[in-house]
Amino acid sequence: MIEVKGLRKSFTLGKRRKTRTVEAVRGVDLSVAEGEIFGFLGPNGAGKTTTARILCTLLEPDDGEAVIAGADLRKDPGAVRTKVGYVPQGGTTTDEVTAREELVLQARMYGIGKAEAIERAEQALAAFELTEFADRQCRTYSGGQRRRVDIAMGIIHEPKVLFLDEPTTGLDPQSRAHLWDEVRRLRDAGMTVFLTTHYLEEADALCDRIAIIDHGEIVALGTPTELKHGVAGDVVTVGLNGSGPKAAELLDGHDYVRKLELGEDGLRLYVDDGTTAMPQIMRVLDAGEIHFDTVELHRPSLDDVFLIKTGRSLRDK
Amino acid sequence: MKFLRDTWLVFTRQMLLVWRTPARLVIGFVQPVAYLVLFAPLLKTALAPTGAQTYADAYRVYVPGLLVVLVLLSGFFAGFGLLGELRSGVIERSRVTPVSRTALILGRAFSEVVTLMGQAVVITVVALPFGLTVHLGWLMLAYLMLALMALMACALSYAMAMLIPSPAALGPLINSVSQPLSLLSGVLLPLSLAPGWLVAIAEWNPIYWTTNGTRSLFTGNPGDVSVWAGMLIVIALAALTVTWATRMFARQVR
Ligand SMILES: Nc1ncnc2c1ncn2[C@@H]1O[C@H](COP(=O)(O)OP(=O)(O)OP(=O)(O)O)[C@@H](O)[C@H]1O
Ligand SMILES: [Mg+2]
Repeated sequence: MIEVKGLRKSFTLGKRRKTRTVEAVRGVDLSVAEGEIFGFLGPNGAGKTTTARILCTLLEPDDGEAVIAGADLRKDPGAVRTKVGYVPQGGTTTDEVTAREELVLQARMYGIGKAEAIERAEQALAAFELTEFADRQCRTYSGGQRRRVDIAMGIIHEPKVLFLDEPTTGLDPQSRAHLWDEVRRLRDAGMTVFLTTHYLEEADALCDRIAIIDHGEIVALGTPTELKHGVAGDVVTVGLNGSGPKAAELLDGHDYVRKLELGEDGLRLYVDDGTTAMPQIMRVLDAGEIHFDTVELHRPSLDDVFLIKTGRSLRDK
Repeated sequence: MKFLRDTWLVFTRQMLLVWRTPARLVIGFVQPVAYLVLFAPLLKTALAPTGAQTYADAYRVYVPGLLVVLVLLSGFFAGFGLLGELRSGVIERSRVTPVSRTALILGRAFSEVVTLMGQAVVITVVALPFGLTVHLGWLMLAYLMLALMALMACALSYAMAMLIPSPAALGPLINSVSQPLSLLSGVLLPLSLAPGWLVAIAEWNPIYWTTNGTRSLFTGNPGDVSVWAGMLIVIALAALTVTWATRMFARQVR
């Protein structure tokens, strides 16, 4: 449904002599199947929004090819527009108008006739449980209600592909779960969903497949399970108070420690088998007279995938 | 067809927004009406040298000038609104649809023009009790000229906003264009009171001609050269600026 090859985009900042080039997207390849929820996971500034904006025809790529729902992005952006829906990161509801007016307008912008637009707005309001306040000005809506209006606008023309840029940022856990259900329902109705996020839980729970993007490049791609299995073994985290570097020195080089990451509040050790490694680790720390607060054993998470691929954690940002 | 429909769509949405934010409209009125009530009474004596005998004469000279100031200055500010909408993502939301790019900007410009003309009508009506009398046919023609001026100012402002998409830098640019244009057009007092050298410079200012044209229509001299010259000039300028603005917009937003 989405085929992307070698997508690139850089921005030039500053004036005249003091120019600086930001390579926002540096050769992205990906392919999204029909009826899939595809997640684009990455930290701030990774290039998620830029990629989504290019694929929705809002930005012209510097290089690369993309075919979306059978339409060529470069040759026929007009055809792409009729086939994709886009819900931007910031939201776009206007304070002074009602949800119903927004939806009718958006439908009509897609060339849909007036009667049909009114009909579709009515259906979308019902589907997103907005009917109750459909005729109230958007300024009176909560963040979650606004977000639902945004998404309803994105699908009012029944696109084949929906781009959602950080759909749940700023929502409380309940609204988030609600929105996830709505996205799943769209997928089950046959829509292909491309969503960006920097929430690990969201990528893990909602997406069928994930691409992890960092500094404009895809560093890992697969289903959440595949990605986590790619990090073989277990993770042992040791909560340490200040003595992290010394502990790292002691533990480094032991053959049961495959990889070791020193964080602010402790150590992360990637080991083959946690149950045998944990006592050994504790013994080494005891022998070194290093006091530790906690020791935890867990299966690798998407954050571990990110950490291994980039050397940084997504969570602490 | 699609283009007309899209323009209408954008226009009606913008008008709805104007309607829902009456504060903006009221602020637009307050200043001209204050001038009308507090400044215009001084005019009978001030304008005596131009042959004004009565308050009606004075208002026939003053009101058209006031309307020119209103449409020009408010029109020149349209670019800020456009920048705001570009930033807030409202325009981006339209750009992911196949809606005509030209319609996005023309529909906006037309809604500004209609709003300004509404204000112009109210100001004219407010001036009536002060003794303004004007021939209805010529008044309509004067409104047409004002509407074209508003369109021109608005399009010029849009084009400048596309050229310099930063509100902080746009303000000074707009001021440096609008100030000489309005000073050298005799909007507040007719330049027939001015020394010869000033008139000689002003004759190069297109707004001088349109201001005089509007004023001639108000004072009942539709045969004056400034009427048809002003009309031709403003039609040409409106066409030029609208073309420029739509080109710039299409280039900027793709
Ligand atoms: N219009 C622009 N002009 C200049 N630089 C830009 C522009 N848009 C994005 N960038 C830069 O490109 C890089 C990628 O930005 P992008 O918005 O795609 O990140 P993101 O992954 O969506 O981040 P976030 O999670 O914060 O939304 C950033 O370094 C950003 O500063
Ligand atoms: Mg983003």
